[in-house]
Amino acid sequence: MDMDDIILETRGLTKRYGGVHALEDANFILRKGEHVAVVGDNGAGKSTFVRQVTAVEQKSAGQIFFDGREVSFEGPLQAREAGIETVFQTLALADDLDVPSNLFLGREMFKFRFGPFSILDRKAMRERTLEALKTTAVKIPNVDNPIRNMSGGQRQCVSIARTAAFASKLVIMDEPTAALGVQETAQVENIIRGLKERGVPLILISHNLRQVFDLVDRIVVFRRGRIVASLRKDETDGNDIVSYITGVKGGQDSYA
Amino acid sequence: MSQTTHGLGGLKYDPAKRTRPQELNVFLALVVIVAVFEVLGRLLMGDSFLLNTRENVDTFFNEQRLQIIILQVSIVGIIGLGVTQVIISGGIDLSSGSIVGATAMIAMSFAQVAIVNGNPNPKAIFGDWAMDLPVIVPVIVGLACGLFAGLVNGALIAYTRIPPFIATLGMMVTARGLSKWWSKGNPISFPTDGFATIGKGMMPVVIFIVLAVLFHCIMTYTKYGKHCYAIGSNESAARMSGINTDHHKILVYTIAGGLASLAAIVLSSKNLTAQAGMGVMYELDAIAMAVIGGVSLQGGRGSILGTVLGALIFGVIISGFTFLKLDAYYQEMVKGIIIVAAVVLDQWRQKGRARG
Repeated sequence: MDMDDIILETRGLTKRYGGVHALEDANFILRKGEHVAVVGDNGAGKSTFVRQVTAVEQKSAGQIFFDGREVSFEGPLQAREAGIETVFQTLALADDLDVPSNLFLGREMFKFRFGPFSILDRKAMRERTLEALKTTAVKIPNVDNPIRNMSGGQRQCVSIARTAAFASKLVIMDEPTAALGVQETAQVENIIRGLKERGVPLILISHNLRQVFDLVDRIVVFRRGRIVASLRKDETDGNDIVSYITGVKGGQDSYA
Repeated sequence: MSQTTHGLGGLKYDPAKRTRPQELNVFLALVVIVAVFEVLGRLLMGDSFLLNTRENVDTFFNEQRLQIIILQVSIVGIIGLGVTQVIISGGIDLSSGSIVGATAMIAMSFAQVAIVNGNPNPKAIFGDWAMDLPVIVPVIVGLACGLFAGLVNGALIAYTRIPPFIATLGMMVTARGLSKWWSKGNPISFPTDGFATIGKGMMPVVIFIVLAVLFHCIMTYTKYGKHCYAIGSNESAARMSGINTDHHKILVYTIAGGLASLAAIVLSSKNLTAQAGMGVMYELDAIAMAVIGGVSLQGGRGSILGTVLGALIFGVIISGFTFLKLDAYYQEMVKGIIIVAAVVLDQWRQKGRARG
């Protein structure tokens, strides 16, 4: 296998909280341009896995390779600077700011640089925001309103548009449509299709198997902190995936 | 299609509509309060509150009253500007009144004249070396005091993670203690002419307006201002987005301390003396101006313009009560009620928005 083709790889990734083994020996590979879904029951280790990759938490053991070299991020900021954009379950948005300010939070554009008192280039940020919303097909009627006044779906779309707009090397979404209505879910799924067209690799955590089969190339199943299956979409079906999730298939289960 | 129904509970919300600026509501409140005093004045005193009724003066408004209204709030208003950016970034500063006291004492010690009416200065703090210094010396010493106190506030809050309320309460008590210890309770007086001009006549108003415009621009157009709102709105999101929230907070409190010391310099110059009890309760007046002006104590919302309007409401109420010849006691009570009412209104707005 060609190493250049791999954007993210984890070897033996393990996370323990005290005596609890939340994640055990996770060996995971993501190729460039590939969209992979991570599925599993609650507490199966999906979010724990993401938190180690994005360095929101520090891993107990194992190695992470990103973009051709081993990495050990100290925090989510370093991960982001390296090119991993994440949509977390809890929205990382500032409610009192408008859409451009949220999109550019922490990476503002300036007209004039003068330390903390650098003058913001609000016009340019607004224009780039409208562009980003256009490419991601997100419809926000008035981007100048604080996002506090927007519906949950619109806020989630802002959060995802922010990720998609700056996406460089890898996008991770942790249940991006969990709280959304039908229409808004469709909008988020369109953004994901857009990422696929642009060749941006994606890890999608989702409980929605219909969505997973619609969107991704490969499905990775977590169960009790371990990866129990990695199946290409055309090799499997919903029932098969459910069997892995519930433990009917996929190896020893001490309680079965 | 102006109204759309969204997925979450199908609530109605018109996303194309721009929200009405908070400052407009505050301005309307100001107009209403002025109107009330105008009506009461005509009914009870047979005189106009706002308009000129003296025949020997040829102006439409009662300019003397307008000047007093803004003059009496401009010094606390300078503190209010600093407090506003602290509250917007999700904090609180209780130390500004005491910083005023301490700074006034220390700055005045470097602003004294050697000879008063042919005799040595009876209030001299230092020896001859500190007499008749150029005005820049007390100004820089004073500013340094305030900036340092603010820096300590900010560093405590950022690095020890103690709540801003506690950190600045500590500074409040400590700085007040320092201002009493500095001259063992004695007032410090007889400043140089240069120092006395800083707060002369309408100078406090000029300084307040210049600073208000400056800070309005900072809060609206710079990265610093944007990050104040971001941190006050959602601190963890701000941190995750790469904002160094610790450094930002230190800067916010340092600037607040600097503005408090500037107010102290203006105040001691205007009064031609400094006393240990100077600035008592100023921190609460400044916070009240901000809150009345629509700055949310939850952080993230408000503006310098709002605080300036809040300061004017303050000034109008004080002048109005004097005009109606009501006791100062009533002023305090009404001030208190207005502060609580402003916070209650803010809470209601919050709830209204959470459903929106």
